[in-house]
Amino acid sequence: MKIRNADRREHIVLQMTPMIDIVFQLLVFFVFTFKIVLPEGDFNIRMPSAAATRTIEPSETPLLKVTLRAAENRELAQIRLNDIVFEGPAPFLQLQQQIRSMIGDAGGPGTAEQEVEIDSDYDLKYRYVINALTAITGYIDSNGDQHKLVEKVRFAPVEQQ
Amino acid sequence: MRIRPRGDSKILEGDLTPMIDMTFQLIAFFMLVINFADVEQDQRITLPLSELAQPPDAPYELPLTIHVTGGGRFIFAGNQVANLSDLRSALQLEKQIIKGLRPKKLEEVTIIIRADQNAKIGLVQEIIQTCQDLQFEIFALRGEQSNTSTLSGT
Repeated sequence: MKIRNADRREHIVLQMTPMIDIVFQLLVFFVFTFKIVLPEGDFNIRMPSAAATRTIEPSETPLLKVTLRAAENRELAQIRLNDIVFEGPAPFLQLQQQIRSMIGDAGGPGTAEQEVEIDSDYDLKYRYVINALTAITGYIDSNGDQHKLVEKVRFAPVEQQ
Repeated sequence: MRIRPRGDSKILEGDLTPMIDMTFQLIAFFMLVINFADVEQDQRITLPLSELAQPPDAPYELPLTIHVTGGGRFIFAGNQVANLSDLRSALQLEKQIIKGLRPKKLEEVTIIIRADQNAKIGLVQEIIQTCQDLQFEIFALRGEQSNTSTLSGT
């Protein structure tokens, strides 16, 4: 009987080409569908029309009015809370501290009754209003926990240009 | 002189293993970071930063997104809108569609306003006023999340 030589077994070669084709197609798909989504968040405001709000009973707490005035170059010129003017390098931080002292913030869930109206110049840059909203609606403490301050915010009627 | 036969030359095969390794790693990376969420963003708009701008807990039921560029142009439903009256017409159309599909659900529509940080606040207010006239009530002013406090400067 003839014994086959073990060294002469067939060498099996795997076909790599189809796999590489598919892998490249997958890669191309993922590259083309890839999109960078920046983390975004919202300030939620419920503002029914003036006609709808007339039926609602007026709040007992006095309305706080935040006034933002624009300079010639559309930058922030002045910020006021009622009659208190905030000046210095961080006026929005001062505004936040003032609101915290006015509503008696103790790190709680915020106040549902207090309402703030933002009155800003037409040309003012939008980012200053977002800064004002940040100062009014809450803060993040040193532990990274978020605390709410005023939940009801509305805008004063816009003055037409 | 003896000439070597050409048939004897060996077939040179490149080592494909590192390339395949790298390709699989790329695929794994893209699979992990892929996002199928239908987020309406526009590269022309730079949102203002805020540490309190938090993403909503649940997706809005009926969102309508209006973009306002730094130059004062409006973008609604992927189209550039020339002025406020055209935006009103487009919103009016949306209102009719929503009322036709889902009666009495108009107050559940959330108007998402994605305004550039340098846009005029007056324009944003005019959009809000226009939406209020059309009986939309809920607004979401969108900002970009910031890890640092944005109130320490002007």
